[in-house]
Amino acid sequence: MRLVLREALNVFRRAPALSILSITTIAFSLYVVGLFGLVALNLREALRGVEQRVEVVAYLLRGTPPESIAQASEDIAAFPEVQRVTFVSEDEALTRARAELVEFRDAYRDLTVNPLPASLEIQLKEGSRDAVHAQLVAERLRGIGFIDDVRYGREWVEKLDRLRNIGGLVGMSIGLAFAAVAVVIIGVTIRITVLQRAREIAIMRLVGATRGFIRGPFLLEGALKGLLGGILAVIMCYASYLLFRNQSELATSGIVFFKTPQMLLGILFGIAIGLGGSLVSVGRQLKNV
Amino acid sequence: MVVGSGAPLPTTYSLLPTCVSTNGLIFKPVIRFTHVDKQYSKGAALKDVSLHIAKGEFVFLTGHSGAGKSTMLKMMFAELMPTSGDVRVSGFNVNEIRPREIAKLRRRLGIVFQDFRLLEDRTAEENVAFALEVTGAHRDVIPSKVMRVLTQVGLAAKSHAYPTELSGGEQQRVAIARALVNDPAILLADEPTGNLDERATRGVFQLIREINAGGTCVVMATHDLDLVKQATYRTVEMREGAVVFDSGTDESTSEEEL
Repeated sequence: MRLVLREALNVFRRAPALSILSITTIAFSLYVVGLFGLVALNLREALRGVEQRVEVVAYLLRGTPPESIAQASEDIAAFPEVQRVTFVSEDEALTRARAELVEFRDAYRDLTVNPLPASLEIQLKEGSRDAVHAQLVAERLRGIGFIDDVRYGREWVEKLDRLRNIGGLVGMSIGLAFAAVAVVIIGVTIRITVLQRAREIAIMRLVGATRGFIRGPFLLEGALKGLLGGILAVIMCYASYLLFRNQSELATSGIVFFKTPQMLLGILFGIAIGLGGSLVSVGRQLKNV
Repeated sequence: MVVGSGAPLPTTYSLLPTCVSTNGLIFKPVIRFTHVDKQYSKGAALKDVSLHIAKGEFVFLTGHSGAGKSTMLKMMFAELMPTSGDVRVSGFNVNEIRPREIAKLRRRLGIVFQDFRLLEDRTAEENVAFALEVTGAHRDVIPSKVMRVLTQVGLAAKSHAYPTELSGGEQQRVAIARALVNDPAILLADEPTGNLDERATRGVFQLIREINAGGTCVVMATHDLDLVKQATYRTVEMREGAVVFDSGTDESTSEEEL
């Protein structure tokens, strides 16, 4: 193990330019993937903000006893899709309409009878904020006798669903394409470093080194380069994030950076590509000696 | 049956059968080729080659370029496999050798090439030590073993020199030291003097003769007939992949009486 570590570290001393070049290539390849990930992450966050507005509103018949409403609220809150149930009385509905619908302010001011019904506003849990779950909850609500009508903005929610599906599909395709390009570029870079040492590999085989012994330093070297490239990519992504955040007016709009597990995943991805690239390249080289 | 230090035998290991030399004495070959052919798409590199080489023997493989000398040597260290026929070296059946056993075979051999094949970024002693390190030798014994062989080849004073700082003859001596450091039973030398001037050639050849005198079997491919004439060692001449002349075994060093 000591020898494997020494040989792996010696490469950085013996061929510093090539080592720096390969680490930089790994870093920039992962940086591009990271930047895309950052955009995708923030788009997802933005979409999540819109999703929070998905709610089902159940309008109640006039004269429904408060006890029945309270009991129904508890029952509805127990639905697995439901996060919160809020009761909006007739008066509250009118007050809200006066505040929010300014173009009808005059019409609402002159009313002698409140035409707006009381309602139950039902917010759905994350993961249930789509047309299928909203429809499911709406159907259950329609079975309650004192509920007059149920609305959840069906068309709007269905459009949101489509947007989410298309976004996910496109994001995954582009993300995979970026990742594949990164794998190829990093693989070629590692292959070049292995080819540069083809003579050394042949000599090692001639003096009786086993394939496992030869692979060891190369795998460690690949993993180290992947680790350093991954760390560098995270640093560059963070610098880009800060630059973008500071130069735009989005500072207060909730633009986010990767969480620690996501950063670690990126670095692990670098290590895995470094290891995999080395394993394949050295394996191919060993077939020739 | 006991072999070496009692380590388990590799699956391809088999005792080489005894052979009868020209004068009726019996010896156990350490290298045996039996009806070996090597076919490439461009043609045959070896044709029906049969050859037995005994422990401690010195054999010249001679012939022009392309005669098959290097092909035979490459088969001896399992870089090439025969198309047909049987090759056995130091107890290993090369035809059936598994990748992991190639390393074991090569640890029993010392291999020297015309182009030295030294690692340019390591000193003479690091090049030699490398051959020990890859075999898992304990680090405490490496310096003394390295210095012993560097002294043997006359390069103890230049142990810290890099290959580029050494002459061709000195580089070949480092390569020989590396080949010797694991105490091989067989030294394979492929045109070891091909890149050297006359003086360096004499020195390297003398060194190889001394190694042979110490009991190591030497197989040396060369097309330098002047060199061949300097000693009365067994000479095997190759032409177009076939053995066309074999002067026979060197009885004084290779044969064991029954």
